[in-house]
Amino acid sequence: MVELRGQVVVAGEADGAALVSAEPLSFWGGYDHRTGEIIDRRHPLSGQIAAGRVLVVPFTRGSSTTTAVLLEAIRAGTAPAAILTTGPDSFFALASVVADELYGQSVPLVSLAPDDFARLRAGQYLHVALDGSIRVTGWASPPPG
Amino acid sequence: MPLSLSDRDRATLAGEFGPAQRLALSIIVRMAGVVGAAALMDITGAHIDSTIYIGEAGLEFAERLASLGARVSVPTTLNVSGLDEHGWREWSVPADWASKAHRQMLAYQSMGTIPTWTCAPYQTEHKPRFGQQIAWGESNAIVFANSVIGARTERYPDLLDVCCAITGRVPAVGLHLTENRAGQVLFRLKSVPTALQSDDSFYPVLGHLLGKVAQDGIPVVEGLEEAPAEDQLKALGAATASSGTVALFHIVGVTPEAPTLASAFQDHAPKQIVEVTLDSLRAARRELTTAEGAELDLVVLGSPHFSLAEFRQLAPLLVGRQCHPSVRFLVTTSRAVAHLAEQAGLLAKLRAFGGQVTVDTCILASPMLPPEVKTLMTNSAKYAYYAPGLLNCQITFGSLADCVNSAAAGRIVREAGLWEV
Repeated sequence: MVELRGQVVVAGEADGAALVSAEPLSFWGGYDHRTGEIIDRRHPLSGQIAAGRVLVVPFTRGSSTTTAVLLEAIRAGTAPAAILTTGPDSFFALASVVADELYGQSVPLVSLAPDDFARLRAGQYLHVALDGSIRVTGWASPPPG
Repeated sequence: MPLSLSDRDRATLAGEFGPAQRLALSIIVRMAGVVGAAALMDITGAHIDSTIYIGEAGLEFAERLASLGARVSVPTTLNVSGLDEHGWREWSVPADWASKAHRQMLAYQSMGTIPTWTCAPYQTEHKPRFGQQIAWGESNAIVFANSVIGARTERYPDLLDVCCAITGRVPAVGLHLTENRAGQVLFRLKSVPTALQSDDSFYPVLGHLLGKVAQDGIPVVEGLEEAPAEDQLKALGAATASSGTVALFHIVGVTPEAPTLASAFQDHAPKQIVEVTLDSLRAARRELTTAEGAELDLVVLGSPHFSLAEFRQLAPLLVGRQCHPSVRFLVTTSRAVAHLAEQAGLLAKLRAFGGQVTVDTCILASPMLPPEVKTLMTNSAKYAYYAPGLLNCQITFGSLADCVNSAAAGRIVREAGLWEV
């Protein structure tokens, strides 16, 4: 089983199927916090439900209102189970930190080296550990091809 | 790198200055860890974007802070809210939504802030000064403060901006520090006709191009024929912060940190040099239009909020004309500018034309447009960039005169000029 070691941005444990894209994503106009659906129609993950899954995107794009939208999603229970990025993303981190302070609930965030990031595939079932290690524990759906 | 805290920071975290200060500084300290700051630093002004109502959690955050007795510790202006406080009933804002957005306004107002309710706080008497360390939210305000005024702010997201205003402290990183303010990408105008440079669509289009290419870098522009006016710089900045995440630009010979090309780059070489041509500008302008037909439901001006100078430019274009009955004509601005425009007789001209004014908010921050509004026209690159996605509509970008002519005709009419081949 593959095991990767990332840098903890906001510590936490999570399990979920990976939703992977190399395209950055803005949550403002890109994430429906009522449903957890990715609604940026120009994004490759458009139409996917990210709630409860491990979202793997390099960073947030565009508006700083991304933080407010992710906070709403955490409150509504429609946030990803964890978010993996290619550098500490301060907009995702802020939403997670504020949710922790407000509700005692946060989304684990881990920053990966670009090479490790590139090894993750959609449909892998991932375990995110407190120390920032990521373990592929199986396939939520069969590997493509 | 461990974060070094002052004695006062430690006292704040211990709760000596009350629970609101403690909560706000805890969030800042955790974020300082994320961005790798070695220390915190003082600011002397703030602009809060968290005022925009997104949902229950943002409202709960505001009301939690307010109930803990939060007060801002530096002069703090407020960005647009989700509601024209006194005029929302003229539009299609749901009453339940309005009541929550209004509670959020009251919460932020209760913290001792200045209720400017505008995304153009730099065009009020509260504008910062050169070199001032500030914590601003709202992308167009951030880029204007950094670039045109030479004040210093990072891109503060919603939720963090208010924490900075309450504590007067920020992580000492990024654009607060001189060495991070050097230009990175040089944009050289090449054979761009003077007539095009003086067209009022030139600056928003140039900004759209800069943002797309520079992304989160620091663009430097060289080769403008004439020094732009304040509202042109405002349009440029808002566009760069929409198509990209630009927080600072320099224009050689115009903006305060760029008296020369060498100073704009702090004597470093550009990482990238891009030629701006008539063709690349034409392509950028085309990207700002998503509509294909000539149908028109609404002309909207004022993102960022319309200034008094812009009302003065608009008024003579309206005289003796009438907005077509099937089109609405809307200007979004601040209550202060609306008041000045009223006193100057400019709003009377707008009303005589059949136009309307909305204050405190804008069409992107308030669910004010009725569902039958499907095709929009604007002279703002920011509206043109965001409206199609956020409002699920089609939009056409044009000059101020194009917008007025189209409103009068009841369909899209644009003067091609040098923009089309």
